Amino acid sequence: MATVRTDVRLQDHDGTYAEIVEACRDLDETRALRFFARLALLLANQVGDDGLVREAVRLARESEAPTPASSG
Amino acid sequence: MGTYTYPRFAYRPTPDATWGTPAEHETVVVGAGPVGLAFALDLARRGRRVLLLDDDDTVSIGSRAICWSKRTLEIMDRLGLGDRLLAKGVTWNVGRVFFREREIYRFNLLPEPGHRMPAFVNLQQYYFEEYEVDAAEREPGIEIRWKTRVVGVEPRDDGVLVAVESPQGPYRLHAQYLIACDGAKSAIRRMLGLEFRGKVFEDRFLITDVHMQADYPAERWFWFEPPFHRGQSALLHKQADNVWRIDLQLGWQADPEEEKKPERVIPRLRAMLGERPFEIEWVSVYTFQCRRLERFRHGRVIFAGDSAHQVSPFGARGGNGGIQDIDNLAWKLALVLAGSAPESLLDTYDIERIHAADENILNSTRSTDFITPKGAGPRALRDAVLELSEHFDFARRFVNSGRLSLPAVYDGSPLNTPDTDSFPAAMRPGSPAIDAPVEVAGQRGWFLHVLGGDWVVLHMPAAQEDLARLRQAVAELPVDVRVVSAGVDPGHEVVDVEGLLTRRYDLAPGTTYLFRPDQHVAARWRRADAAALRAAVLRAMGRESA
Repeated sequence: MATVRTDVRLQDHDGTYAEIVEACRDLDETRALRFFARLALLLANQVGDDGLVREAVRLARESEAPTPASSG
Repeated sequence: MGTYTYPRFAYRPTPDATWGTPAEHETVVVGAGPVGLAFALDLARRGRRVLLLDDDDTVSIGSRAICWSKRTLEIMDRLGLGDRLLAKGVTWNVGRVFFREREIYRFNLLPEPGHRMPAFVNLQQYYFEEYEVDAAEREPGIEIRWKTRVVGVEPRDDGVLVAVESPQGPYRLHAQYLIACDGAKSAIRRMLGLEFRGKVFEDRFLITDVHMQADYPAERWFWFEPPFHRGQSALLHKQADNVWRIDLQLGWQADPEEEKKPERVIPRLRAMLGERPFEIEWVSVYTFQCRRLERFRHGRVIFAGDSAHQVSPFGARGGNGGIQDIDNLAWKLALVLAGSAPESLLDTYDIERIHAADENILNSTRSTDFITPKGAGPRALRDAVLELSEHFDFARRFVNSGRLSLPAVYDGSPLNTPDTDSFPAAMRPGSPAIDAPVEVAGQRGWFLHVLGGDWVVLHMPAAQEDLARLRQAVAELPVDVRVVSAGVDPGHEVVDVEGLLTRRYDLAPGTTYLFRPDQHVAARWRRADAAALRAAVLRAMGRESA
């Protein structure tokens, strides 16, 4: 079974990051959430492998950092 | 009590203040900061007289610019200050990034061997300026007038009429050229009614210099949401004399005056530094901006450094960008003043340095966007990058706490002669020269010292007569051009003792490079072509646009 690649694959990290920031800069929380959901679905379709998408979902879920208790 | 004693520079009376008519000066520089002083040094070394005006009588208060990049060190080395900056500055290579309690990313800027200068040294701006003033005072072509404030500028076709206030009272000067190096709050810019365009970041940072005995290594440490400063970012960076720069993000709601008070600052530092004793030397609260003038040249008034463009400090592109401005401007103005080049050469300062400023603004905007994300989407994206970075390589590349300040390549400049022969992209026309260890007259040295501030042709001979033909080709030009032969064999003027010059410039028999006086590549060929070389020199002087 193929595994999700987590090595470095993009070239222009700063440029790509800036594109995503620009696309959601003016959205409120609800719309930003839907924007990221649409982006996730588009990229999942691009991956084109149900198993890989499922593994990516697991990694995304497991990499959540605990929220610090006294964060303000 | 600080670690640094601020010098007081004496005001020397000038006869200019007593004459009824404005005294005539060739070049007047406003602002004896790091950029204005470097410009004066560069221009004076090119045989021109410079008058430098400053409204104060000491150096920068507080450390301000601290990270001097490799290219800046190379330029200052050309101006005779390289050894002093290296000796006093703190050389560092490692940067670490922390997210909450954990280190998530580490970079090492350690350059490949075979360069005289390291990637960065950290040195408080006051030392940098003090060394520049020392050098300027030994330069007969430079006069500095302290305590002299510019209160009026009146642009004219043949120059600028400047009104000043001094300890001798008000008086006027006439300058052929006025170089405004008077910083982010430039009075000259305001007097000319020129607008800064760009972006202000809605956030505030507490910036402090702290003196302490600490065993932290000479590294750049950057925290996102550290336990000692919840929800914000923090930076720790070592300077000379055991002085540490600490930046703490405060958020847009913070009151800048309140936050400067010791009772606010000390608990914040205590949370970060623990019970270790420390003294605060300087405190400031900043808002960051990334913006620039639409044009840097306005007739006979030319802006350089922060007066022309402002960037956020992440990535060390403010002071370094300014030093690179003057590196570009000084040789051009010297040629124009000597009557060797047309005044239009100065427009290429605008073209080349606006290109560089835009690159600096883009990079520091992106870093600031990462460090201070605004809005739910950008904030979630930033936090997601940090979460993934704890586990996955790919995500670490997105972490942006400031990108390494690299000098701009002047791609597309009208002074470049485009490549016609086959070469790698590295060292293409417009590139700043890269250093290499060499041997000259039996002595080990550095290639950038061979270039100095001259027009230089580097040629790897294919046939002995080629060198003579190239020398003849440049003999009749309006500027002095030095032709030097290079090769691995001891017979050459520049001996490539480690083979690095050959590798870095892709030299082969016949390869010829033309360098401008700011050490940027103007043209290159695979053979000795006398006519092409002459045309390329004239083009790089702004005399022909072939």
